[in-house]
Amino acid sequence: MENVSKISRLVYTWVVLFALWMAFTTSLALDEVLVGLAISFVVAAMTFSYFTQIGLKAFSPKKIMYQIQYLIIFIVALVKANFHVAKIVLTPSLPINPGIVEFETKLNSDIAKMILANSITLTPGTFTVDVIENRFYVHWLEVETEDSEKVYKAIAESFEKILLKIYE
Amino acid sequence: METILNYLGYFFVSIGAVFLVLGAFGILRMPDFYTRIQAGTKSSTLGAMSFIFGVGLLEPAWFIKTLVIVVFIAISNPISSHALARGAYKSHHQPYLKDGVDAYKEVENQKEVKL
Amino acid sequence: MNDVFFIVIMSMLVLAGVIAAIRFVKGPTAADRVVAMDNISVIIIATLVFVAYFFQRYIYIDVSLVYAVLGFIGILTIARYLEGGI
Repeated sequence: MENVSKISRLVYTWVVLFALWMAFTTSLALDEVLVGLAISFVVAAMTFSYFTQIGLKAFSPKKIMYQIQYLIIFIVALVKANFHVAKIVLTPSLPINPGIVEFETKLNSDIAKMILANSITLTPGTFTVDVIENRFYVHWLEVETEDSEKVYKAIAESFEKILLKIYE
Repeated sequence: METILNYLGYFFVSIGAVFLVLGAFGILRMPDFYTRIQAGTKSSTLGAMSFIFGVGLLEPAWFIKTLVIVVFIAISNPISSHALARGAYKSHHQPYLKDGVDAYKEVENQKEVKL
Repeated sequence: MNDVFFIVIMSMLVLAGVIAAIRFVKGPTAADRVVAMDNISVIIIATLVFVAYFFQRYIYIDVSLVYAVLGFIGILTIARYLEGGI
């Protein structure tokens, strides 16, 4: 993970930012494209050390496959989460038993932790309150167990397996 | 082709509107701050995503721009509500617990001892 | 078809906004009000995009994007304030 060159990380950031520029302007006029290339290069040079840690490796076919798989799992979980919340809200007795539980993650990179925390927030009944080092504190609508191993299995395992393959 | 896209667009817009209403309803009904933010974040995120995606299908020329908004909402909404929940906990909002656990309490207590 | 659809969806959005506004008025603490405000701003973003579609004004899409960014920064600032960081 540490041996990725600065050039690769810079180029990756540049490509992503330029794609974002094209999405914002949605025009192929030559002057706009040139200005976009220049501006996205300047911004990429300033921010690439925060933006990515694996660089151009993220575009390798295997990792793209994992990213697509992650997206599918995430969208399924998001839809499930909404029906879950809708069911709770529409039940007159409000069947909830909230509490804050903790578990440990095996992920090291900050970006992977951010993505995991965001995914947990959007999946059924769970909500990330804080992340300290590699401990996640999660607010859970229906606490089933306090044991951190079981919590990890119930909440994070399906996401983390794929994130480990993408970011480590 | 046009009509299929139109019907898909109507479908996604209607689903999104339903979830936006449900999210607001959840905020009104839940008993405390943390459960409210749960209901609010989930439903309003999916509601707005599907709503705006549906508008993108109805008007294919705008599809890329609407996709940018969808991705931005998907990233920014969880982050802002997470920051809000942490801020609320640090300003001594006690979560409503029926018989659940509060593992985060120990961390906060330790910090106060250290200071 | 189109007119009926517009009226139905708009009234649902207004309903959602009003329900969130009730929590905004009632909310016992500042944090509850911020949650309601966050929800209202998401509803406003959706409304702007829908109005842009119905009246065929492309500029409203950009307005909604800017509104989303500003709302995000505003919520982060308030969260930071609650935390005691400002």
